[in-house]
Amino acid sequence: MTTTGSERQQRQIMDAQEMQRSLSRIAHEILEKNRGVGDLVLVGIHTRGVILSQRLGDNIQRFEGSRAPLAELDINLYRDDLQARESPRVRPTKFPVDVQGKNVVLVDDVLFTGRTIRAALDALSDLGRPRQVQLAILVDRGHRELPIRADYVGKNVPTSLNEEVKVRLSETDGSEDVIIVNLGRQIK
Amino acid sequence: MMTSDAMELGNDAPGAPEVSLATPSSARRNVLDLDDFSAEEIASVLDDTSAMVEVLRRDIKKVPTLRGRVVVTMFYESSTRTRISFEEAGKVLSADVINMSSSGSSVDKGESLLNTGLTLQAMGVDVVVIRHPHSGAPYLLARELPQVSVVNAGDGLHAHPTQALLDLYTMREKLGNLQGARVVIVGDVLHSRVARSDLWGLTRMGANVVLSGPTTLMPLDLLGGRNELDEEHPFAQVEVDTDLDRAIEGADVVMALRLQSERQQGGFLPSLREYIRRWQVTEDRLARARTGALVMHPGPMNEGVEISTALAHGGSSVIEEQVTNGVAVRMALLYRLCAGRGNRMGDGK
Repeated sequence: MTTTGSERQQRQIMDAQEMQRSLSRIAHEILEKNRGVGDLVLVGIHTRGVILSQRLGDNIQRFEGSRAPLAELDINLYRDDLQARESPRVRPTKFPVDVQGKNVVLVDDVLFTGRTIRAALDALSDLGRPRQVQLAILVDRGHRELPIRADYVGKNVPTSLNEEVKVRLSETDGSEDVIIVNLGRQIK
Repeated sequence: MMTSDAMELGNDAPGAPEVSLATPSSARRNVLDLDDFSAEEIASVLDDTSAMVEVLRRDIKKVPTLRGRVVVTMFYESSTRTRISFEEAGKVLSADVINMSSSGSSVDKGESLLNTGLTLQAMGVDVVVIRHPHSGAPYLLARELPQVSVVNAGDGLHAHPTQALLDLYTMREKLGNLQGARVVIVGDVLHSRVARSDLWGLTRMGANVVLSGPTTLMPLDLLGGRNELDEEHPFAQVEVDTDLDRAIEGADVVMALRLQSERQQGGFLPSLREYIRRWQVTEDRLARARTGALVMHPGPMNEGVEISTALAHGGSSVIEEQVTNGVAVRMALLYRLCAGRGNRMGDGK
């Protein structure tokens, strides 16, 4: 689907059903790899990662009959580019369980440069020492700047730096899909 | 203009509010008073504050956010909680915090405030936190030091914005919402920079403010003096009621202010005994407020004068929480001022 906006072009790469299927598969993979919900904690990165972690949690509950604890992480206090940004809102980190010795699955919507995940790993280690940290991502768009990879990926999407990947969720965006927006600017 | 006239107290306010340093909230450089904060900006500072409260509750309370930033606290007046609170806030965020006091520094040798400020700027300091006995001193630094963020930690009788923000945060946490809350401020409002900044913040957030105390200690100038304030003025709805028993009726918050002993010699009070009898915040008086009303005090307290000892340490008191929240509010402000700016020593050359 291609819509021509005034200048920007956008195209859909996942619809609501595909997103749902990906999240079901990822939930199964998490259960398989960790052999059940034993020491599992799902940690969503604000904002969309938190919603996705809740959905993964619901799937796991449905498949396994027991719940994995959910936590929320805000990484703004750990950014390496604070000087370049206008102070982004910080939301409280909520960690209902001790992270010590747990199998943590970090959840975020898009994996791009890897810097957010780097910050999340720092934030996590300030809270304690998990036994293992895994990463679940809905869309991996490439262009890593750090040696970071995801353990669970909804969809791999080749992109150019001139594009932006937007995951839209009904809770935050009123619609449910993943789109690529062409920013229409020249790359130096 | 009503505000600037009203804010000048005559004795030591060198035209502080004339210098308009208002910047768009997205690019705030200084925190001088709350008069240039919109309700939205206050709300977003308070939101950030709750994230900072979470950091303070951790086993290891340290985040790397402001690594490599330098904060200097310049206190030309004594202080315990404000100074320590800023120092802790900076250190939890990993900034380097340097404390300077007027004694033991070049201020002893007669260095002017401005030259001290220029020296700090030349050293590449990012944030200067200043407390000064003269109203307007932080405005002078903000105007003359373009590469530094200035935070007012109390200037003369003029303003104490960080205290007001922590008061607002404490009230919002406990009441849920400030809109329509009845907040009674009791005592020496005239000489209270805390009350002045609270007035800006509370009225912006839609609270109903009632001031109570002896007429001689009411800031009638601030409220328009003999003239009625323009209806649009933020203070137009502020009530003054010298009868505390009546003022406290239905209050959600009762805030007692410190009665400075010098005021008695200044002829502001008939006698301390009369003050205590009529304006001390006591359990009996609090019974007239709404059930569960909060008792607040900016500290330091004169227990047994403006507030009874039983109440200061009783179940309604949130005075200790005010102090804890003070650290978190100051973290939120330092974060805000330091984000989005490169190293200024490297810039512009």
